[in-house]
Amino acid sequence: MAGKQMEMTGAEMVLQALKDNGVEHIFGYPGGAVLPIYDELHQQEDIEHILVRHEQGAGHMAEGYARSTGKPGVVLVTSGPGATNVVTALQDALMDSIPLVCLTGQVPTSLIGSDAFQECDTVGITRPCTKHNWLVKDVNQLSRIIHEAFRIATTGRPGPVVVDIPKDVQFATGIYTPPSPVIEQKSYQPKVSGDLDKIRAAIELMATAKRPIIYSGGGVINSGREASQLLRELVELTGFPITSTLMGLGAYPASGKNWMGMLGMHGTYEANMAMHDCDVMVCIGARFDDRITGRLDAFSPNSKKIHIDIDPSSINKIVRTDIGILGDVGHVLEDMVRLWRASKKTDHSQLADWWTRIAKWKARNSLAYPVNNDVIMPQYAIQRLYELTKDRDTFITTEVGQHQMWAAQFYGFEEPNRWMTSGGLGTMGYGFPAAIGVQVAHRDSLVIDIAGDASIQMCIQELSCAVQYELPVKIFILNNQYMGMVRQWQQLLHGNRLSHSYTESMPDFVKLAEAYGATGIRCDKPADLDDAITRMVETKGPVIFDCRVAALANCFPMIPSGKAHNDMLLPDEASDEAVANAIDAKGRALV
Amino acid sequence: MNAQHQPTGSAYFMTAETARPETHTLSVLVDNEPGVLARVIGLFSGRGYNIESLTVSETEHEAHLSRITIVTTATPNVLEQIKSQLERIVPVHRVVDLTVRSAELGHDKPLERELALIKVAGSGENRVEALRLADAFRAQVIDANTEHFIFEITGRVSKIEQFISIMRPLGLVEICRTGIAAMNRGSQGM
Repeated sequence: MAGKQMEMTGAEMVLQALKDNGVEHIFGYPGGAVLPIYDELHQQEDIEHILVRHEQGAGHMAEGYARSTGKPGVVLVTSGPGATNVVTALQDALMDSIPLVCLTGQVPTSLIGSDAFQECDTVGITRPCTKHNWLVKDVNQLSRIIHEAFRIATTGRPGPVVVDIPKDVQFATGIYTPPSPVIEQKSYQPKVSGDLDKIRAAIELMATAKRPIIYSGGGVINSGREASQLLRELVELTGFPITSTLMGLGAYPASGKNWMGMLGMHGTYEANMAMHDCDVMVCIGARFDDRITGRLDAFSPNSKKIHIDIDPSSINKIVRTDIGILGDVGHVLEDMVRLWRASKKTDHSQLADWWTRIAKWKARNSLAYPVNNDVIMPQYAIQRLYELTKDRDTFITTEVGQHQMWAAQFYGFEEPNRWMTSGGLGTMGYGFPAAIGVQVAHRDSLVIDIAGDASIQMCIQELSCAVQYELPVKIFILNNQYMGMVRQWQQLLHGNRLSHSYTESMPDFVKLAEAYGATGIRCDKPADLDDAITRMVETKGPVIFDCRVAALANCFPMIPSGKAHNDMLLPDEASDEAVANAIDAKGRALV
Repeated sequence: MNAQHQPTGSAYFMTAETARPETHTLSVLVDNEPGVLARVIGLFSGRGYNIESLTVSETEHEAHLSRITIVTTATPNVLEQIKSQLERIVPVHRVVDLTVRSAELGHDKPLERELALIKVAGSGENRVEALRLADAFRAQVIDANTEHFIFEITGRVSKIEQFISIMRPLGLVEICRTGIAAMNRGSQGM
């Protein structure tokens, strides 16, 4: 069939193009403007369709699917509200560089612009929240555009794309062209190999470093498993300490001897202090986000900075770099590992003093929290969850807030693609649908959404989807009845006036689970926790685990706003008074 | 205490910008497809960049390529960002900072020209004066009756600005300007 042109309808082309691009699962919700495509879906068995309960859920499921497999996630929704509901997930995927192909139905071309029923300007609305988008007005362009959509979503810096298909184009008959290995497009040509001269310069700089640090990010995960392997080799060869952003966890194993934990606002003391005091910083596939850098004019003031990124606009955007290497992390790391090997430098003794200093910072034990035998501390809950699930084939997703930071701090990730979280956009409601997406791709794995009691209620309707498709996702709620991170900021910035961050009416999560046909488990005693977690893990279907934790625990350590990396608030110093005074009166007055 | 050293009391760290803004002219070669202009100007508005002048037209019909000329003012770091961000747009083929390029070529600035249509109405002495000045500025009369002239004037922006300000007291009615078309000197293409 390949190479041969075939006549078919637009709707048939959509299915054929998805199959030709290797799609096995799509997440969607039907509606008037996509009925022809749903009719075709009904008449085939190669592609499994997961019926969501809200289009935002479809988007996040596709994100979880993509992030855990490295393949693009595919979404199919109708026009108007179908398209607008998926916008949050598109922006989420854009900020975290997740490859998504979102197909939207559109009103017939003759009605576009007439304010027709369920019409919206989908390409206009999604233009700033996609990598690229198309409105297909000619059925003969449809297959080419879908193939192009997959190429753009998955190459270069990955991201979401939207293909908007009017209903008359779905009905129209035209010529289908299979994907071509020859790329016709001239404008979009992402560069994957790094400039060898710059890589050589980077290696020379790294070889002379006395206080180096590797700061890696989500780009390493996006580049593929090879890249994570190469990162590990580079760390081993150089003997450098390594820290990672939230998005990059798992690229280097948490049990690795050079691991310093996550950096940034809620990163470890040692990681942030080392970032501040280093002389050479090697940033690999990360983007100097404001949650990472803290106060910019005091960010790592005495270091030379090497930045590897596939997106030219990331280099020199926030922090000026001394050596900016444009290219795919995997390709550049391969060159770096090869060049370092060729230099035959195996002696790490010049780093000995640096490691001694790091050991002192580490001894500060910045993740410590008060032990409590009566109430479950949220950190303890994550630690027990980790201990009881680490030897299984486990994937973790999170929502957004304190629980997310505790999960990042206390759950150890050994492998890439095992950790799905909304980093850039910070989307509450991401974790549960993302977990469903992961479970669709990994039917026999243990998939846990670490959630907060507020976040989980943003996409809880997808429990119905999990039950329908027998996807045994576990929702582990750290329930403190607060929007914990909001409350923490109110305590820091707003005189402890807790405006609307306390949820007075909370559903009974156990009954809620049962209402959906899932299992509910509640636990409020530290002594019962292990047994309850084991019961959750061993339950066959989806579970909501309502873990009642200490209501007023806060997330430390923390770089308060306007402070530098070496000015962290540590847990043992975080008295109520210190928290209240972490940001001075002048700062508060500016709010 | 310097303003930029104060904690901001927000979840974000903000600094006061101290670098001096510069005005640069960019040439952007794009596929002439629906929505491409919206992508370019959406980028400017979405990321808070300035557009001082913008012209667009298809320049290579066979290849469906359009050339967009944008004049923008920003600090050097932001100018670098604008160029990189424009290059990320899928239908963008090339972005050339003509101001930087002309400096590399040893020129003061790129060639920049604008065309304006200017309608002036009046009678008596003002009318004679308008026509006399138009002649001095090499503006052409492209429409006239006993009550008005429409002048067509081409040239550097400063010349057009000057001509408009001179016409203002002489009965200026309406102005239409194309925005800047720009190119670098010498035999090389962009």
